[in-house]
Amino acid sequence: MSKTIFEKSIKGTQGINLTDEKLNCDILLNIPENLLRKEKPILPEISELEVVRHFTLLSQKNVSVDSNFYPLGSCTMKYNPKINEVTASLDGFANIHPEQEESGTQGALELMYNLPEQLKEITGMHTITLQPAAGAHGEFTGMLIVKAYFEKIGQKRTKVIVPDSAHGTNPTSAKMCGFDIVEIKSNNRGLVDLEALKTALSDDVAALLLTNPNTLGLFEEDIAEIAKLVHDTGALLYYDGANLNAIMGITNPGLMGFDIVHINLHKTFSTPHGGGGPGAGPVGVVEKLKDFLPVPIIEFKDEKYHFNYDLPNTIGRVKAYYGNFGVLVRAYTYILMMGANGLKQASIDAVLNANYMKEKLKKYFKLEYDKPCMHEFVLSGDIQKEQGANTLAIAKRLIDYGFHPPTVYFPLIVHEAIMIEPTETESKQAMDDFINAMVEIAEEIKQNPQKAIDAPTKASVLRVDETLAARKPNLHWS
Amino acid sequence: MKNFLPHTDQIRNQLAKEANLDSIDSLFDSINDSVKFKNDLNLPDGISELEAQKKLKKLANKNNSDCINFLGGGTYNKFIPACISAITSRTEFLTSYTPYQPEASQGTLQAMYEYQSMICNLTGMDVSNASVYDGATACAEAVLMVCRISKKSKVLIAETLNQQYLQVIKTYCFGGDIEVKIIPEINGEIDFNYLSNLTNIDEFAAILIQTPNYFGNVENSKKIGDFITKNKLKLIVCADISSLAVLEVPVNFGADIVVGDIQTLGIPMAFGGPHAGYMACKQQYARQLPGRIVGMTLDKAGNRAYTLTLQTREQHIKREKATSNICSNQALVALAATIYLSVMGYNGLKQAILLSAQKAKNLSEKINNIKGFKVLYNNFLYEFVVKVDEKISVEILLNELKENNILAGINLKKYFKQYKNSILVCTTEMNTDKEIDFYIEKLQEISTKYNLEDV
Repeated sequence: MSKTIFEKSIKGTQGINLTDEKLNCDILLNIPENLLRKEKPILPEISELEVVRHFTLLSQKNVSVDSNFYPLGSCTMKYNPKINEVTASLDGFANIHPEQEESGTQGALELMYNLPEQLKEITGMHTITLQPAAGAHGEFTGMLIVKAYFEKIGQKRTKVIVPDSAHGTNPTSAKMCGFDIVEIKSNNRGLVDLEALKTALSDDVAALLLTNPNTLGLFEEDIAEIAKLVHDTGALLYYDGANLNAIMGITNPGLMGFDIVHINLHKTFSTPHGGGGPGAGPVGVVEKLKDFLPVPIIEFKDEKYHFNYDLPNTIGRVKAYYGNFGVLVRAYTYILMMGANGLKQASIDAVLNANYMKEKLKKYFKLEYDKPCMHEFVLSGDIQKEQGANTLAIAKRLIDYGFHPPTVYFPLIVHEAIMIEPTETESKQAMDDFINAMVEIAEEIKQNPQKAIDAPTKASVLRVDETLAARKPNLHWS
Repeated sequence: MKNFLPHTDQIRNQLAKEANLDSIDSLFDSINDSVKFKNDLNLPDGISELEAQKKLKKLANKNNSDCINFLGGGTYNKFIPACISAITSRTEFLTSYTPYQPEASQGTLQAMYEYQSMICNLTGMDVSNASVYDGATACAEAVLMVCRISKKSKVLIAETLNQQYLQVIKTYCFGGDIEVKIIPEINGEIDFNYLSNLTNIDEFAAILIQTPNYFGNVENSKKIGDFITKNKLKLIVCADISSLAVLEVPVNFGADIVVGDIQTLGIPMAFGGPHAGYMACKQQYARQLPGRIVGMTLDKAGNRAYTLTLQTREQHIKREKATSNICSNQALVALAATIYLSVMGYNGLKQAILLSAQKAKNLSEKINNIKGFKVLYNNFLYEFVVKVDEKISVEILLNELKENNILAGINLKKYFKQYKNSILVCTTEMNTDKEIDFYIEKLQEISTKYNLEDV
């Protein structure tokens, strides 16, 4: 059984000692005694080696991109180039204070000026803020801009439309801005149903949120008409950039008619996911919305880079300082190395890989929407469920084969969904290994579904009891 | 230059053929030509890693990262143990994602559970989430949270709060249609008279204070705690997590939610991010807490295991009825903080804060003895306010010191119009006696040069 770090404590041990000086307690005499701490908090008392060993052992209980194929749909788990870590930790980037004067941080400002220039070209937007810290944070920023825009032009619009295939963050972000959510059903081709959209659109609709390609991995072929319908009623069109990896250099949200875009730098632009962040979610807008962006934005004037805090209609700040700067350095490094052709080739290969895997796997798993896909595709575990092992069991069995499972049970509109996104950085060999494992699992379920139901058996733990965790929450060590 | 792409053209053709595609070009047939690019992206060609390393190094060198630093105000130049990056750069942590599949993510999950435990133990709260974006968004999420709990839409926020945090709260409140009322500052603390004289106090969901506040001063949290108990308000306390090594445990003066930034726990300044925010609350509010939460449970064999839990609060389950839209948070930063707290322990954490306080005391006393400079308040921990004789503007003062490679402080006018000629000065365990003496020497020279007088 894996001990917590608290159980490894030996009273009196201190990993790092800052000074041998006996720090005098009258240092704090200027603070009233009743405002000082009396109880000693429980923190580990443990040597540096034991700390390093503890966390090294923990790390080995993770499946990661660097150790295993990780086709987690909608998350774009591509290779994270190691140079990104080197550039982000350069002293000149890692060791500057955000309140330092502009003359001492021109390199950082230059980077924060150049990165939006690149992102503008890739997305077709007019102005970009780097402030949001994640994709959902970018969505929230975008929805605040929608709200501020309509307030400014004096229109009361209370509703936001999202397709039933949308990421969960879409309706939540809109709701955080006070909008009511109108969900529209997808048609039998897995796309936005134009008739349903027409019915939902009215002059109290503020925006339509769309992911394109959508979460089924399908391109919204009617996007030009969708944009026209939305704009004709005076509403705005929002682009969830989670799936941008499919279209770089092929098309962009600007060409499709979107007004606001968020980009996940930790997906498309190769910055590591870190076990759940930090990411970065820059937001781009068309010209008429540029003054609503969060402040500050970076400008180049008189041969110098400056922060501009003077945007007349700004929604304000969404985060302290300027964004997850370290993540921005990584994305900038990546874009420089990829260049125009590299980015386009990345999208081509991402889409090619997904189509290859889809064609191989559809013989064994149900494929609801059988047509060419973009960078990801969604299978259903329906057949296997009938044979006795559902999608969850398939996912857990994949862990035994040394893979991270795909995204499962999302999008909600596919039963027993298995959403696979290989990304462009996977070789044919890596994909074939995964395909073979999936095929073996499908065959195994036909014969003996119990194996999948009992999976995983080769991970650091057996199947985890999530119900117990929710029923009797144990949320901290005491 | 095509980096990081494994396929040869031959393999591409093979994949296309096996995918039953006519050609690679046909991959994008579902995209109408009218929305396709006519030309290539207008970006330069890719470059090699060799070139990229040089280019980024050159850019980094344009920044001045080698200065004598007395800047604080929310980001601090703190000691960072070497073992932190050794562990956080382990790619099993670095290149995995949100632990949706617990069996494949026990490492991240256990580390997050230990992080939550340390945050709870420092704040006295029962439940901590697995981090939010930063201290500012932690405050904003806490405000949304108390409004959900008390079904009210007005909050009282201390003016002594970090103003960037306040700006973020206001932005979130614009989204949530929540009214923000400011408790004014007086003498570097909240104006208690203003609070006692409020006639509509029952309309408010909560009070949010920061302690030590933006001016570095320890607020009279006991008194505020008594006030909220009497008036049945909720109390949100924003506190630098390190300061809790020596300051009263927030639960003991009535905090319902405790939030703040964890950058002081071994996280590089990095021009303001990535840092991370912590967020912890009392048990009864657990189901209103936003963000990821990890719980300890059992596996099928009855062995200890960890998983994300209370997920019915979250966007991927509850969609628009979720407590927050948070998906990616700042997991790797929280991991770094966990390693920091493990290797430093309570003693190390306390040493760091006492050393900072000792240096602040030393520097402030010396500054106070120089003509033209006055330390305004006394009840600070490691940051303090210095008023400067108006014979010299703060801009010129800071510039003169910068010429000597000293980042001397934050111009308070930038955030508080009532502080016309004052700076916020910060010390940490990183500042040496020599640096402090050099700062004093330069201030002395400026005092003489500008013939400054007592303020």
